[in-house]
Amino acid sequence: MELSDFRKAISGAHPDALAADAESQQWLEIIPEKWGEVALTLRDDKALRFDYLSCLSGYDEGVDGQLAVIYNLHSMELLQQLEIRVKLPREGGRVPSVAHIWRAADWHEREAYDMYGMTFSGHPDLRRMLLPEDWVGHPLLKDYETPEYYRGIEVEKDKRGWE
Amino acid sequence: MAFSLVNRFEQDNVFVEKIDNLINWARSNSPWFFQFGLACCGIEMMAAAAPRHDLERFGAMPRASPRQSDVMIVAGTVTLKMATRVKRLYEQMANPKYVISMGSCANSGGPYWQYGYHVLKGVDLVIPVDIYVPGCPPRPEALIQGINELQRKIREETPLRKVS
Repeated sequence: MELSDFRKAISGAHPDALAADAESQQWLEIIPEKWGEVALTLRDDKALRFDYLSCLSGYDEGVDGQLAVIYNLHSMELLQQLEIRVKLPREGGRVPSVAHIWRAADWHEREAYDMYGMTFSGHPDLRRMLLPEDWVGHPLLKDYETPEYYRGIEVEKDKRGWE
Repeated sequence: MAFSLVNRFEQDNVFVEKIDNLINWARSNSPWFFQFGLACCGIEMMAAAAPRHDLERFGAMPRASPRQSDVMIVAGTVTLKMATRVKRLYEQMANPKYVISMGSCANSGGPYWQYGYHVLKGVDLVIPVDIYVPGCPPRPEALIQGINELQRKIREETPLRKVS
């Protein structure tokens, strides 16, 4: 199946789930509120059968833009791929967790939360993945400012005067 | 070497020597190191300890516990999360204890010098370092020279006198 077929299948099952997206895009954009049901359809529909989440990434469009979560899906059964993007606001963005649909999403969502700070509602254990628990801020945000000290350790030693 | 036992032998297997030197001789020839492979430097450290480079000919053997080791070889990138652990493990080592900082990352932050929000800019910010081994990563020969330099440093100590 092609991307246009996936688009038809999703808009058939969930009429208002697709965000307005251009034909030239190589991905489908889903609005956050509908993503939970759409994900179930993607896994269980007989023509889709996306049983494997290859990758889950987050990204930041910039200070004036939005945050996004990218899901790369693969079907082991039908050997087809699909990229889904869900965009959410920078402040207080929420996206439904898919950890109960694809187990791989569990740690990936924790990492995305760690780096970008978006909330995956319904996640079983949404803690920081890589950074220590008492870390302040989410470092891959474009407007992140490196703290001066972490537990009394100087973070940017000798950096003053270098830039 | 500063002294040699063999040359000091006199009649009846009695020899006279400063006990400082005896202690230093023993200490400098058994720098058991706390293996601390944090990144690619760890691979070179393992290569140095493996048969081709054979660190055990200098008495240095890897230990997996801070309580059994004399030297901590910090080999690799120390993240801020790890830095708190490095400090705690250093504190768990028994005196006398030494630290070899191996590679650019442990020396100064290395490639994460400017934009690494998560990397400690030199392990000497949290623990005192005796020997710095430059390189990215240093070859095993460089680490061996670092250990030899540490042995030289130990032999110049005066463990029985408070003044150093």
